[in-house]
Amino acid sequence: MTNQQDAPGPTRRRLLGGAGLATAAVLAGAARSARAAATVKVGYVSPQTGPLAPFAAADAFTLAAAKAAFARDGIAVEFLVRDSQSNPNRAATVANELINAGVVLMLVASTPETVNPVSDQCELAEVPCLSTEAPWQPWFFGRGGKPGEGFEWTYHYFWGLEDVIAVYTAMWSQLSTNKSVGGLFPNDSDGNAWSDTAHGLPPALAKLGYTMHDPGHFQSGTDDFGAIINAFKSAKAEIVTGVVIPPDWTTFWTQARQQGYRPKIASVGKALLFPTSVEALGRAGQNLSTEVWWTPHHPFRSSLTGQDCTALAAAYTKATGQPWTQPIGFTHSLFELAADILKRAKDRGDRHAVLEALKTTNLSTIVGPIAWGKGPMKNVTKTPLVGGQWRLLPGSELKYYLVIVSNTIAPEVPVADHMQPLP
Amino acid sequence: MRPVDVIVQGVLVGGLYTLFATGLSLIFGVMRLVNLAHGDLIVLGAYMGIVTTQALGLSPFASLLVVVPAMAALGYALQRLLLNRTLGDDPLPPLLVTFGLSIVIQNALLEGFTADDRKLAIGSLATRSLALPGGIAVGWFPLIVLACAIAVIAGLQALLYRTAWGAALRATSDDPVTVRLMGVDQRHMYAMAMAVALAVCGVAGVLLACWTNVDPGAGPQRLLYGFEAVIIGGLGSLWGTLAGGLILGIAQAVGAAIDPAFQILAGHLAFLLVLLIAPRGLLPRMAA
Repeated sequence: MTNQQDAPGPTRRRLLGGAGLATAAVLAGAARSARAAATVKVGYVSPQTGPLAPFAAADAFTLAAAKAAFARDGIAVEFLVRDSQSNPNRAATVANELINAGVVLMLVASTPETVNPVSDQCELAEVPCLSTEAPWQPWFFGRGGKPGEGFEWTYHYFWGLEDVIAVYTAMWSQLSTNKSVGGLFPNDSDGNAWSDTAHGLPPALAKLGYTMHDPGHFQSGTDDFGAIINAFKSAKAEIVTGVVIPPDWTTFWTQARQQGYRPKIASVGKALLFPTSVEALGRAGQNLSTEVWWTPHHPFRSSLTGQDCTALAAAYTKATGQPWTQPIGFTHSLFELAADILKRAKDRGDRHAVLEALKTTNLSTIVGPIAWGKGPMKNVTKTPLVGGQWRLLPGSELKYYLVIVSNTIAPEVPVADHMQPLP
Repeated sequence: MRPVDVIVQGVLVGGLYTLFATGLSLIFGVMRLVNLAHGDLIVLGAYMGIVTTQALGLSPFASLLVVVPAMAALGYALQRLLLNRTLGDDPLPPLLVTFGLSIVIQNALLEGFTADDRKLAIGSLATRSLALPGGIAVGWFPLIVLACAIAVIAGLQALLYRTAWGAALRATSDDPVTVRLMGVDQRHMYAMAMAVALAVCGVAGVLLACWTNVDPGAGPQRLLYGFEAVIIGGLGSLWGTLAGGLILGIAQAVGAAIDPAFQILAGHLAFLLVLLIAPRGLLPRMAA
């Protein structure tokens, strides 16, 4: 695909070439600044409905804050917001809509099901794309990325499976176990990436002396985990790990307890991110552990609003009446980066110029410093990851809070307590 | 792998599938209507249960006293005001209308309750189990679900074959024109059948919300299991639906015991196998 938007500029310059180079330069410069002041379109895709919707719960709140900040900084932007409906096909369709509407920058958040198809469309159509809230391996390898080659138009920031492994094993090492691990993986992009025998958990855990038992990948939405529970029981797995959606975890965990399967540790990705999912488990949620990517206690500050993490979380709770959740910080950071990139772009209306600015990003955001080049892949940079445990609020039967229990790979985030075994 | 344990767990989940399928089976048997909104109506029942327990402080089981009559009333109104108008020689209008209804229900729930998944808390009952010899543990709650499924099927069977109302309903199903001559209003009979079907949806929904988390989009997958149970058992046969639900549950459990990736596939294979051997299902009641 050629860049048609740029065609008038050079043509005009060439035309005026006969009339004198100096005049041409002045005119071209004027055209450029006129275009920079014009409103540019920025696309944003997230799963606002469907099973992944809790990830997008902070969208309206974040967009309002972003619009105010963009207006204050004089960046004329029209945000085009689309819902992926938690469906990869839908995500690709809306990404195409936005590309055809002429967005100069695409922002996309939350899980490979939304992030991957949107990134793919942007790569094809040569539109700069920033993505987050999906571990980088499913994003990179799931899209056929080749190490050393990477992608041209799509950039990603989040943590990776190596960080989850480091966080989980650091938590597990605080308790004595038989190092036998049961792997609960669905047959989806996250499940396959986490359990991958080349890039996933099994080889890394083996190196650290853990044995991973992966009985096979279930179809998400099943009502019966009897077979997997039996496999974990016969493997004497004292640790359960995996990456599952909340309903699957509830079914599994309830049935495990019915079947008398009582591991010492359960560290699970995705299912335990939101307080509502843990509350659904009743008392059985106590001491379940998970990876933690953002909390109000992270020592970072927004470049857009100047708020620190505590202030941002408090503003969210005040505006919505809802408790804070981890995506608030990351969704906010997407708009921080968008503002920074558009400010630095030599020509905001030109996708190539925006891409150049994106590549040279070096910004301290509410989720930590973001700069590409230092990451594990050309298009990937990482944010800090810590480990946390859900604890019942004292005197409460149902309400949980998240306690940071391990920070070995991100010492800048304070730890509040030690890891405790499951009751 | 312990074969007895596998089958026991399969039977337990089969009870849940039977409850998903019962309303479908009844409605198809009576008026040949394929209700594509059935799964969403179950989820609607689940949300009614959640609202009732929260608003009135009832236990999930007590909430059935509110949910079941409410769903029955909704079913009567739905059939009387909407679905009766779509019935005729052409099977397409009811399909399209119930498909639309499915989308309407999903989006209305999404608007009203957001996409967060929810669950009904049943306290320690959720995790308590009965120890059987051979190291087999049977969860009390799944056992209650299975008992409910059997009770619902037995109750409906009695209603259809032991009461005058049931005779009138069966007659309406067999020959709607002639029953009109006998002074039976078929529109009322159909609406009553839908009321009964949605009452069962209410039970299925509340028990589903106790079993796992539900969200507004959870319906369509339940619909698929329900359909398979109905077809395996034989169209229009209630005991057949119970058999279908149990076979589906057992097939999935056996598949999962081989490899969890085969769990859902094994259910579909059992379904195809039954279609091959007995195209009209295992216990067909009526001529197709």
